[in-house]
Amino acid sequence: MLRFVLRRLVQVIPTLLLLSLLVFAWLRSLPGGPASAFLGDRATPQRIAELNRILGLDQPVLVQYWRFLVRVASGDFGTSTITGEPVLAEIGRALPATIELSLAALVIAVVLGIPLGYVAAQYRGRPLDVTTVIGTLIGVAVPVFFLGYLLKSVFAVQLGWFPPSGRQAVDVDATNVTGFAVLDGFLTQEWDASLDALSHLVLPAVALATIPLAVIVRITRASVLDVLGSDFVRTANSKGLSPSTVRGRHVLRNALLPVSTTIGLQVGLLLAGAVLTEKVFVWGGIGTLLAGAIEQRDYPRLQALLLLGALVYVLVNLLVDLSYAIIDPRVRLS
Amino acid sequence: MTALLEVRDLQVAFTRRREPDTVAVDGVSFDVAPGQVVGLVGESGCGKSVTSLAIMRLLPARGVRVSGSVRMDGTDLLTLSGSEMRARRGRDLSMVFQDPLSSLNPVIPIGLQVTEVLRRHRGMAGDKARQAAAELLERVGIPDPRRRLDSYPHQLSGGMRQRALIAIALACQPRLLIADEPTTALDVTIQAQILGLLSELVRETGAALIMITHDLGVVAGLCEAVNVLYGGRIVERAQRHRLFATPRHPYTHGLLRSIPRLDAPPGEELEAIRGSVVDNLPWAHACAFAPRCPRAIETCTEVTPVAETSGGRLLRCHNPVPANAE
Repeated sequence: MLRFVLRRLVQVIPTLLLLSLLVFAWLRSLPGGPASAFLGDRATPQRIAELNRILGLDQPVLVQYWRFLVRVASGDFGTSTITGEPVLAEIGRALPATIELSLAALVIAVVLGIPLGYVAAQYRGRPLDVTTVIGTLIGVAVPVFFLGYLLKSVFAVQLGWFPPSGRQAVDVDATNVTGFAVLDGFLTQEWDASLDALSHLVLPAVALATIPLAVIVRITRASVLDVLGSDFVRTANSKGLSPSTVRGRHVLRNALLPVSTTIGLQVGLLLAGAVLTEKVFVWGGIGTLLAGAIEQRDYPRLQALLLLGALVYVLVNLLVDLSYAIIDPRVRLS
Repeated sequence: MTALLEVRDLQVAFTRRREPDTVAVDGVSFDVAPGQVVGLVGESGCGKSVTSLAIMRLLPARGVRVSGSVRMDGTDLLTLSGSEMRARRGRDLSMVFQDPLSSLNPVIPIGLQVTEVLRRHRGMAGDKARQAAAELLERVGIPDPRRRLDSYPHQLSGGMRQRALIAIALACQPRLLIADEPTTALDVTIQAQILGLLSELVRETGAALIMITHDLGVVAGLCEAVNVLYGGRIVERAQRHRLFATPRHPYTHGLLRSIPRLDAPPGEELEAIRGSVVDNLPWAHACAFAPRCPRAIETCTEVTPVAETSGGRLLRCHNPVPANAE
């Protein structure tokens, strides 16, 4: 187990290296660049050339890449061309916000998705199932930003149940410990701060959770239907076991295998969805950083963010593989 | 002797919206005495597995219509509530299935799959249940049973898996065991072992056995009474030795003639029954076997044959093979 984890972690290095090269080449093949974006209306060919020289962008791409690698090896991802701040510091500040949002969305999607999918499968073809399936279709089809604005206008603006944007009200005196607003409130026992952060979290988390929720419901439903028809469930029933034992011990455990893969894949998509959700709800996390970096062609920040995304994706998939080994004894980690 | 199980006029139909029902079992009746080994024989699609699932009430609730009665100890199993039936399943009657690999839960150790039925019906728990499970595995001939409790199905051979399934089925000493083609998925040598084990265990425990098979060899070695099914109806029933000695129904006759024999002259061609089972059951105003029957006469395509009993033999045929033939 430990050797498996270590080997997989080592495999991450070549993956990230290759990816960094692709990202590097891709960014520099885009029209425009940080110099023209930074100078805007004041851009002249001379000024752009001068700024490029200062930023080192006049060098051949391979030389730039080599310099980038050398700096990264010592933990330096460069400074943002927008703010002039070290990229890692920026990301470190924004990361808790995005993790908090993504985690909340994931919890909503999993905690609601698996039972809903299960129930839909049990009532296959009946109104409850049909309603659920249609609901998931809508859930997958509605764009995140549209749903975000819809939720905001109904529940924040018209009903006033939740705050429309931000992570915490300005007048709440919250101590920053970890950067996770809800957790910080618990740690410092500032319950009002926790509660306030939580109420800010609801709408964006729901908006972000919709697509993964719909996907998890559908996969769970299909997987449960598959398992319900299997021979070993018939065996379990032939033993006279109670329906709850058959469900929990025999059906659910087998049905969760494909669901866990799906959850892993959804985590990657959550990061993509977070960009839009953060925009709508002025969340100030990684998504906001990313959007700004793309607009301004902020190469260092983009490189760091894209590699971070890849790293998260790889790690989550490692977790999925580990969960497989726990659920299914036929999977050996070697 | 009073019967342990009385199946009367069992009918199972699969219903679909906007389509005519598919009748899989069409008025099957038979008895099983305590400790008796009864065979249900027929080719694929004759309704033998559906009959067993209907007795166990393991058919899906939706899309299936079951009628008739299945009395065990005088109680009609078909009228019991779901929880009443669950209390009997695994305790009074249990079942061994065809494919041992897919019939065991792949992600749960064998031990738990045995103990859960003990816990359910015997109220055993913890070490006591584990001990009992190990004894059961030992009794069905699984070596090193204590260690095997922690094995998963994929770590066992096919024969061992089927032994484990038999251990599960016999865990609570049911009085009726239904074995649905328990040897089909196994090697020939293993088949013989499993059949030997089954007949030994039912003799030891005094359980009655309904053996469902397409293999007359299995019947010959095991069953006292044999029911031959065709198209969802019993076409012939007799004691084993009489059925093998003088098959009267052309279908039974054909089945026996299609078995290769060691003492047959070399080069002799094996006889086969023409055609194959048809989906819908043309029992209305005809004999369902008539299109494939070498002895079919005009009446066979006009009148449904009724089951007639004489001398302990049930026969559903207008033109049976003469009793003195062969």
